[in-house]
Amino acid sequence: MQWLERHVPKLVLAPSFIAALLFVYGFIAWTAWVSFTRSRLLPNYDLVGTIQYERLFASPRWEVALNNLFVFGVLFIGISMLLGLLLAIFLDQKIRTEGVLRTIYLYPMALSLIVTGTAWKWMLNPGLGLEAMVRGWGFEDFRFDWITDPDMAIYTVVIAGVWQASGFVMALFLAGLRSVDGEIIKAAQVDGIPTHRIYTAIIIPSMAPIFLSAFIVLSHLAIKSFDLVIALTGGGPGYATDLPATYMYAMAFSRGDIGQAASSAMVMMMIVFAIVVPYLYSELRAKHD
Amino acid sequence: MNMKTILATSVASFCMAGAAMAEPQAEVLHWWTSGGEARAVAVLQEEFASRGGSWTDMPVAGGGGDAAMTALRARVLSGNAPTAVQLKGPAIQEWYEEGVLADISAVAEAQGWADVLPASIAGHMQCEGTWCAAPVNVHRVDWVWANKAILDEHGIAMPTTWDEFNAAADKLQAAGITPLAHGGQSWQDATVFETVVLGLGGPEFFRSALIDLDMDALTSDTMKAAFDQMRTMRGYVDANFSGRDWNLATAMVMNGEAAFQIMGDWAKGEFLAAGKVPGEDFLCASTPGDGYLYNVDSFAMFEVDGEDAQAGQALLAELIVGQNFQKVFNLNKGSIPVRSDVALDEFDACAVLSSNEMAATSDAGSLLPSYAHGMALRGAQAGAITDVVTAHFNSDMSSDDAVQMLADAVTNSM
Repeated sequence: MQWLERHVPKLVLAPSFIAALLFVYGFIAWTAWVSFTRSRLLPNYDLVGTIQYERLFASPRWEVALNNLFVFGVLFIGISMLLGLLLAIFLDQKIRTEGVLRTIYLYPMALSLIVTGTAWKWMLNPGLGLEAMVRGWGFEDFRFDWITDPDMAIYTVVIAGVWQASGFVMALFLAGLRSVDGEIIKAAQVDGIPTHRIYTAIIIPSMAPIFLSAFIVLSHLAIKSFDLVIALTGGGPGYATDLPATYMYAMAFSRGDIGQAASSAMVMMMIVFAIVVPYLYSELRAKHD
Repeated sequence: MNMKTILATSVASFCMAGAAMAEPQAEVLHWWTSGGEARAVAVLQEEFASRGGSWTDMPVAGGGGDAAMTALRARVLSGNAPTAVQLKGPAIQEWYEEGVLADISAVAEAQGWADVLPASIAGHMQCEGTWCAAPVNVHRVDWVWANKAILDEHGIAMPTTWDEFNAAADKLQAAGITPLAHGGQSWQDATVFETVVLGLGGPEFFRSALIDLDMDALTSDTMKAAFDQMRTMRGYVDANFSGRDWNLATAMVMNGEAAFQIMGDWAKGEFLAAGKVPGEDFLCASTPGDGYLYNVDSFAMFEVDGEDAQAGQALLAELIVGQNFQKVFNLNKGSIPVRSDVALDEFDACAVLSSNEMAATSDAGSLLPSYAHGMALRGAQAGAITDVVTAHFNSDMSSDDAVQMLADAVTNSM
């Protein structure tokens, strides 16, 4: 009886532990193994060294994908957080229709990225969307054809991504703003400190954990971004808006080059680790203090 | 059961004995799910049923066959391959090398496939000398489609050289008409590119560059000229071409917004579906230059267990290449029969032209597989070339840089 009492928690957790071990870490190990083989259409398991990684970093398309990830990641995370914070602060001013506005801003998150991508594809198409509309108003020289310009197309992905995610970030920040102790704010107001100083000196610094959570959520959204690009630009023009995830899909499923896909997946995982590991480290250390 | 087993052990004797004794079964994986294609598959299904077979349909739509290939990979890895799978070109050989394809030489020889199929197409259906796949149709890729009213109005004849094409396009552009309807998707860029390579370099050059991947050919001046022509043609497309689907580009030619489109003969299906008549509303001609680029759909036969399934496989192979199916299917699909002995009375003028030129180019040795549609090269190599072609077409890269990138990309994909 005592033995059972001691071991029940372990027994209950065992199935999910084993499942996670196999389906997450087991398959990571499998992918790592395959990335060191010459697998083409079907996986084979003869190790041949780092040839797939050499091919990967010799590929101009992969270089474009990594650059795009950097541009998209920095802008998407930065702009979403900034917009989200501003929206949250404005909504926090005890305005009357807050409930309605909050819902409106949060709604894009309820859409699938495929819908967002398709809708923005039409809006950004120079012959159908914004450009055609403004020209229709009489501004004949108006140009907004980023989506067909290989150098600018990645920024259209940022626009659609920010539209989708900033409402969600706003909700996170709003919850953070509300959790700040009202007594401190009142005390500051009594002392005659202006509102913007209250925000910059008291409220925002006390929301540091929320910033970190928002950053982690957004950065993993950015790194695994796939459906938005597929729907919005299909990776085009050319492969100008390819991201690592779309590169991996093309190699694994269109080109029958599983080894190459596995090596790109491993590099993506390392990028995620580079962001998540410091976060976990700081979280765990904070608990010990 | 025993009786059945004995009867069905020999495929040939099974065919003689008739379908009543055993039930031929076939599970067919394909991605023909859109209107005309679905009707075309239904024809095969009915014919199969009328010979006593039981057909299990396994359509997997999406991604131009990517989704179906994923399904196939899962089935093969779990040791439960479908009877027949829509596969084409070098993909057949790739699967053969994985050791999972069946040998259907008995049917092929009994039906005399070698005598009725063009030699270069028959080559795709054979794996180290044995037959392992059955061809369904022939799509020609190197077509140029034109709006007849526009050409007549501006006094332009169908171009027979790329210089004539450029001259016609310049004239149309000056008149305010988009010369070339094109969709900026990488496979469409690749389709135009291969017709340019064939037209400027000729069949021999096409073979050494895009089939044998000869490095000297890939970096040659001819290849630079092909990229120069691509750069010229970039100027002939409208501003909204990025990401446009091919059928929307076809609609532009139909509606008189654009004059030409370079696309395989599936584009003809769009014209015909809109009630347009070849020779009156629209014109079809091969792209400038010699040769014929084919895109042949086929069914690869996978190794299956059980006499019922093997009998079904043999029956399926026989029906696919049979005269009746070849005619009915291709009338529905817009392609032409792969056999040379099918009467073409019911086919339209473009199809007859295609069939005649297929026979002529087959004799002349210029009947060539399309690289852009996965007939000439394996996925990795074809994809590497397409990456360069589409990067060049969508930027201001110079032709010198493009051929260098092409050579690097092909080397890297090996």
